[in-house]
Amino acid sequence: MHAHEEGHHPPSYRLLIGVWGALMVLTAVTVWVAQVPLGFLNVVAAMAVATCKALLVTLFFMHLKDENWTFKGMVLLVFVILAIFIGFTFFDTAYR
Amino acid sequence: MAEIPMAETPMAETPMAETPMTGTPDGGFWTTPPGRSTLGSWLLTTDHKRIGLLYLWCILAFFAVGVLLGLLIRLELIAPGRTIMAQQTYNAVFTLHGVIMIFMVVIPSIPAAFGNIVMPLQIGAEDVAFPRLNLFSWYLYILGAAIAVVSLFTGGGAPDTGWTFYVPFSATTSTNVNVAVLAVFILGFSSILTGLNFIVTIHRLRAPSMGWTRMPLFTWGLYATAWIQVLATPVLGITVLLIFAERVLGLGLFDPARGGDPILYQHLFWIYSHPAVYIMIVPAMGVISDVIPVFARKNIFGYKTIAISSLAIAFAGSLVWAHHMFVSGMSDVAVMVFSLLTFIVAIPSAVKVFNWVSTLYKGSIYLDPPLIYSLGFIFLFSMGGVTGLVLGGAGTDVHVHDTYFVVGHFHYVIFGGTGFGLFAAMHFWFPKVYGRLYNLKIANVAAVILVIGLNMLYFPMYLLGLEGMPRRYYDYLPQYTDLHVVSTVGSWITAAGLALMAWNLWRGLRHGAPCGPNPWGAATLEWTLPSPPPTENFGPVEPEVTRGPYDFKGIEREEVVA
Amino acid sequence: MTIHRDYTGSKMGMWIFLFTEILLFGGLFVIYAAYHHRYPEEFHHASKALDTAMGTVNTVVLITSSLFVAMAVAALRRAEDARARLLVVLTIAFAGVFLVIKYFEWTAKFHHGIYPGSAELAATHAPGEIVFYSLYFAMTGLHAVHVIVGMGLLGFILARMRAGAVNSTDFVFLENGGLYWHLVDLIWIYLFPLFYLIA
Repeated sequence: MHAHEEGHHPPSYRLLIGVWGALMVLTAVTVWVAQVPLGFLNVVAAMAVATCKALLVTLFFMHLKDENWTFKGMVLLVFVILAIFIGFTFFDTAYR
Repeated sequence: MAEIPMAETPMAETPMAETPMTGTPDGGFWTTPPGRSTLGSWLLTTDHKRIGLLYLWCILAFFAVGVLLGLLIRLELIAPGRTIMAQQTYNAVFTLHGVIMIFMVVIPSIPAAFGNIVMPLQIGAEDVAFPRLNLFSWYLYILGAAIAVVSLFTGGGAPDTGWTFYVPFSATTSTNVNVAVLAVFILGFSSILTGLNFIVTIHRLRAPSMGWTRMPLFTWGLYATAWIQVLATPVLGITVLLIFAERVLGLGLFDPARGGDPILYQHLFWIYSHPAVYIMIVPAMGVISDVIPVFARKNIFGYKTIAISSLAIAFAGSLVWAHHMFVSGMSDVAVMVFSLLTFIVAIPSAVKVFNWVSTLYKGSIYLDPPLIYSLGFIFLFSMGGVTGLVLGGAGTDVHVHDTYFVVGHFHYVIFGGTGFGLFAAMHFWFPKVYGRLYNLKIANVAAVILVIGLNMLYFPMYLLGLEGMPRRYYDYLPQYTDLHVVSTVGSWITAAGLALMAWNLWRGLRHGAPCGPNPWGAATLEWTLPSPPPTENFGPVEPEVTRGPYDFKGIEREEVVA
Repeated sequence: MTIHRDYTGSKMGMWIFLFTEILLFGGLFVIYAAYHHRYPEEFHHASKALDTAMGTVNTVVLITSSLFVAMAVAALRRAEDARARLLVVLTIAFAGVFLVIKYFEWTAKFHHGIYPGSAELAATHAPGEIVFYSLYFAMTGLHAVHVIVGMGLLGFILARMRAGAVNSTDFVFLENGGLYWHLVDLIWIYLFPLFYLIA
């Protein structure tokens, strides 16, 4: 149980730099989309791009991809709880 | 099934034999390591049992202070008008009572004290996952408590906001709220670190043969609680930081004149503070689930439903916070949704109560103190739980909101629930920690006095609330006098019961009869170790789990209690 | 007492700590969401006053520092100690650049009378805009505190690496420090569009 469980190989530099490149592209995309007037969809687009970036960071930079399902489940739980906190507050703020 | 003992642990070199008949406890983890002073070996310990005891003693000391403040509040309210203190003092006293009892006593009570002492033993671990972090959390707790005490005597006087620190009053009052919220932040951080430690411990350090479905239900309760501590407490952290920013920087996030919304503060506050009541109650439910089968000599009814209901309470508890705000002016949709969701929490709570009662049914019952306290828990918690439905229903809540009905409900659940859970835990694991027994009869008498006292203290509050007596008021109309008198007399009976209980336990640890590893005949791992357990618990050999946590076949109660 | 080398346990502990950080900011995200819903026009308007160019540069700086620390972990695991140390130094340096740019942004706002509790701000701006700026300072301020803490943490880890205590077989401390740094990046990934791009 306490043995060395770090079986995975460290990620290659090329993969990490590739992820960084993708993050740069997404940053450019989100800045560009913000210039296009889409009304409320601007907010949706900005959050969607941010979430893509967040996924790249957690999966590759933070190696969540290589962790077992206990870790992945925990991370999912946290975002579900945060979504509940924000979403349920809107039962009040959206109808007041 | 096998009659073999549950763990192949060396019990031969137990130091029990040399234990003197009187004096302070000795042996096992109580022994000061060679070359260290007694005090130093405690203040720098990383042993989970010692850290748990450090917590327990501090918690009991603060509990005594909180009880004293509660008695002063009740004394003031024995008659209309001024009795023993002025209005501002009264406001400070009930704020202090709330802050001490919630943040320094009830939230750390069972998880930090008994969770630390018992949980690693129950899962067959050597210690918690991060022993030094564990000690650090205790120091944070002490630091937070110290700062809270400092806040009383410095600045513009003791805080007078109530423990909820509602804006706009908390943002404008001249009393020392800045320092008090800093104390709450630090206490919250301590609670988070304990929760973090427990989650990792339970995931990583269980004995190899202890699967999730063989874990004692107390550990299950702690696991669910730890997740609430980790996920809800940070929201309290940011809430009190914002109060601080509001006061010091003039941030204005909750100031209507600058576009802010005070109701949003209430949302943030209750996003933590509602789950916090499950931090208070779920570990107590775990204690009760561990105690009842031992004294009914019967496997627990519905092990898996109890375990899952702990997780269900933890999750559902994060969906219902706004039921504290039905009359705050939030939207009607929110009132309806949160009222509906609130009733969902009643389901897992009721599942537990029914399972406990079913476990008792046709059991071979021994009326020992841990069971008496547990029965007290079931009765008082049910009283609190059922009146909780009155408060959860939006229509009825409007009638009794901010009245003594709420005060009564809360104290039935927290004192009658968590308090009795703590007392049950103290009486249940006392022989394990000290290797001695207290006087069982006196402990039972104290329990009965406490149940009577509590009902007399808090039941009149339900009636007062229904008649419209508002909470937190310093003065009241003459028609409420009789019920207030009954309640105050009840507070004296409760105090007498507490004093008797404390004296009996104190006497037990000085002069109690020595006992063996397993006086109650329990089946969980901690009872396979000598009492008191050795510092390194099970030693280098992982214990072998060969039976379920409530499988009593072949386990006898010891002579001392028989 | 035996010493556990439970890497998975240490990492799990760090992740759980990061969860608490996410929810600490989560409280502010709740407030942001509620006020954005309430004052969409004012948020739009106030957001225009922020310097998108500086915000974008800072995003690039922070993501790049995140790359450096991820590469540092990879380098240490390959036993390329000198490269790992250099990458940690670069991470800290980029964090410093981020703070310097932040400093110029904030002082520019202060010169225009935009700071928490400012009478000028209260007199010349609509309530929704005041809320926007309060949130801007609260959230980027709390984030900046985390940047500073992260720099301190990485600096300490660097010292441990120099001492040989953190090395290719015992690298979990650097990995956990990296996780913390990625979280700081992660929060910024959301703060950037919420404040700079909503206009």
